[in-house]
Amino acid sequence: MFDFVLYITLLCISLAMVGLVYRVIKGPSTPDRVVALDGLGINLVAIIAILSIILRTSAFLDIILLIGILAFIGTVTFAKFLEKGVILERDRDNL
Amino acid sequence: MSLLHLAIISPLILAIFIPFVHKTFPKIHTGWFLLPLPVLLFAYFLSFLSTTINGQTTMETLAWIPTLGINFTVRLDGLGLLFAMLITGIGALVVLYSIYYLSKEKEKLNQFYVYLLLFMGAMLGVVLSDNLIVLYAFWELTSFSSFLLIGYWNHRERSRYGAQKSMLITVFGGLSMLGGIILLYLMTGTFSISEAIVLADVIVNHELFTAALLCFLLGAFTKSAQFPFHIWLPDAMEAPTPVSAYLHSATMVKAGIYLVARLTPIFALSGLWIWLVAGIGILTLFWGSFNAVKHTDLKGILAYSTISQLGLIMSLLGLGAASLHYSTIDAGFYTVAVSAAVFHLLNHATFKGSLFMMVGIVDHETGTRDIRNLGGLMTIMPITFTIAIIGAFSMAGLPPFNGFLSKEMFFTGMLRAQEIGFFNMGTLGILFPIIAWVASVFTFIYSMIIVFKTFTGKFQPEKLKVKPHEAPLGLLISPVILVSLVVIIGLFPNLVAPLINTVMASILPGMEFDVHIYHWHGFNTELFMTIGVILAGILLYKFMPKWTGVYTRMPERFSFNSAYDNGLAAIQKGANRFTNAYMTNSIRTYLIYIFAFFIFTLGTTLIVKNAFTLDTSNVASIHAFEVVLVVIIAVGSISILFAKSRMTTIILLGAVGYSVSLFYAIFRAPDLALTQLVIETVSVALFLLVFYHLPKVSRHEETRQFKMGNAIISVGVGVVVTMIALSAHSGKAFDSISQYYIENTYKKAAGENMVNVILVDFRGFDTLFEIAVLAIAALGIFSLIKLRLTRGKEQ
Repeated sequence: MFDFVLYITLLCISLAMVGLVYRVIKGPSTPDRVVALDGLGINLVAIIAILSIILRTSAFLDIILLIGILAFIGTVTFAKFLEKGVILERDRDNL
Repeated sequence: MSLLHLAIISPLILAIFIPFVHKTFPKIHTGWFLLPLPVLLFAYFLSFLSTTINGQTTMETLAWIPTLGINFTVRLDGLGLLFAMLITGIGALVVLYSIYYLSKEKEKLNQFYVYLLLFMGAMLGVVLSDNLIVLYAFWELTSFSSFLLIGYWNHRERSRYGAQKSMLITVFGGLSMLGGIILLYLMTGTFSISEAIVLADVIVNHELFTAALLCFLLGAFTKSAQFPFHIWLPDAMEAPTPVSAYLHSATMVKAGIYLVARLTPIFALSGLWIWLVAGIGILTLFWGSFNAVKHTDLKGILAYSTISQLGLIMSLLGLGAASLHYSTIDAGFYTVAVSAAVFHLLNHATFKGSLFMMVGIVDHETGTRDIRNLGGLMTIMPITFTIAIIGAFSMAGLPPFNGFLSKEMFFTGMLRAQEIGFFNMGTLGILFPIIAWVASVFTFIYSMIIVFKTFTGKFQPEKLKVKPHEAPLGLLISPVILVSLVVIIGLFPNLVAPLINTVMASILPGMEFDVHIYHWHGFNTELFMTIGVILAGILLYKFMPKWTGVYTRMPERFSFNSAYDNGLAAIQKGANRFTNAYMTNSIRTYLIYIFAFFIFTLGTTLIVKNAFTLDTSNVASIHAFEVVLVVIIAVGSISILFAKSRMTTIILLGAVGYSVSLFYAIFRAPDLALTQLVIETVSVALFLLVFYHLPKVSRHEETRQFKMGNAIISVGVGVVVTMIALSAHSGKAFDSISQYYIENTYKKAAGENMVNVILVDFRGFDTLFEIAVLAIAALGIFSLIKLRLTRGKEQ
């Protein structure tokens, strides 16, 4: 019964991801896509968490942390790119 | 290593020291230093004469590659000895002649003599080797050194052209001969000629026999300038005259004759051999003598005359081979052709060598070889004139010179051709004496041209570059020795009869001979033919201006030379066009080739081998979220194809990558999922970097154009890979070996994470080199960014 609930949850989140992917594809603007990608990342966290419960393992807990960090870094990178056009600014002293 | 081996390679050894000698003694003509060698070698080979005539064969073996049956075996029998004496004897005379012919101030003598010595050693190796591979090695060395000698004056365009032409044709033949050698080895299991001769009966019924025969004949015909491969010889006349005299009349062009004579006991049991050798020979004889008449350059005439005389010897060898088909008693009837061939081989070497040297003297003393500019030299150069008249009359077949004798024997051999009672010889054999007679008439004409157009008629000093005078003594010694041989052999032909006997014994083993050459053999057909040749020749020579128009009738376009030139140009053009047709310099095209080939080979293999299987018994159950994930990846991947902007493409690629990492998680691979996530993030960032730096010009967004071919190929690749994956999964033959790792990860490697233990413990070597790959990539990127060597140049 518990597993069944978990599967349902998993399916729901997957459907949510399909929606996000739709947004990634459709756009219409790049920030829309970036936000959708960020949402995808968070959904991934959820999926992997539920998956670890289903699989009765703690091996995937690292991944959850990693996705959290990466999604943050990725979104910040994109945001900076969209804002300023560069990701790493040149060190002015070294020019 | 025996003395015989040393004799063969001694020219090669001396060749090493020639440049040092040349540098140390610049005042002395380098030729003097190597003159003793051919003289010594000639004397050495002469010492074998009596034992060889008594029927003894000297064999010496030196192991070279014994495991492959390749040994430097020297076999000195009659045929080999005759050639060895020709090579060393005429070699000595040519070296002497070249000392006076080539100036030590103007010419690069060190190169000349090195090439000449290379050639001499190679030629000795060809005629004395019993092992076919060794023979082939020396054979190619003769081609190579001949190439160097023809191109000796390499600043001249014609020399380079002639050298290239002769190289291409003779190496083509040489390679086909190598093919023949290999085929013969497949049939007999030995590279030794003498062992193969014993197996001749086995070989003739073998299925590879015809192929081997054709390969060998191709090699012999190209080397001996037989029709239609004769075209290289006239162009080889760009070489210095001593080279023409030595290589292109007396020795190298006879290598093909040697090969045919040497292989006669193996191949002559087939009618094809007799027909090809005799037929091509007689055709060459006619074509060479016919074409010699139209030339105005003395060396051109002599080149075509050499071609025609080689054809004569070749056709005699072909017809003489018929005797192998008869019992010993009847065979004597046909062996006269072989004795004529051997006799003429010897005669030709003497008179042609002297004629070439004579032409060299005329060229040297008057500055031209063109008969239109020459004339009336008889009183100015009496000795040269005498040499010319003896050499040319012998070539024309006039008594009392040796050419007369061999021509009579040649006619005898030709007349007997029609009596050979097999291979259609009875009907077509009548052609042989007729063609031979016509060719002899032309031979007579050009021999007369050489003598009378050069030495009689009006003296034209205004057309000559230098004031003509008689040649120095040194230049005259060699041709005088040769013409004295012509006269001596002509008057006392039976001096060489024992040698001819011995040579024939090596060409036709197991037969008895008693060669006896007579000047006078009664009023027979041959004599009337000779008288006819002389009468017709004199008539045609007198009325030459009336009929030489026939040569201009044949357009230059259809000659073999233009066929060669156009063929070479067409090959180049065709290859160029072919390469340009498929090398489009577009990666897209190359990828189409690669993928099309991929689909074609794998697809046809699947179909032909009936390899596609689908077995669902070993398949795990599919969960709903896996389906959803597949849908996500599929939709993401497909929409990459239709994305309008590059930014969308990058983001979609990232989405696909993250979904793949989710798959890793579902299929319980946490380490993979971790790595995939990080890598995907990094590569998306890199894509963004590249995207940002796109040049402004091409930055306008555009959708990909749809191309049907691309779509078909991409779908094809996908389908083929899917089919192979399904088949591979269905047909699993063995269990996995992973059970070992499961059991031993902790027990033997003290780790609980099996993936990591495999990576660093069980199979750590792979990891090491993956690290190396990453290091190289990092260093490569760093140097690509930092190293800007062209920066300064562009500005």
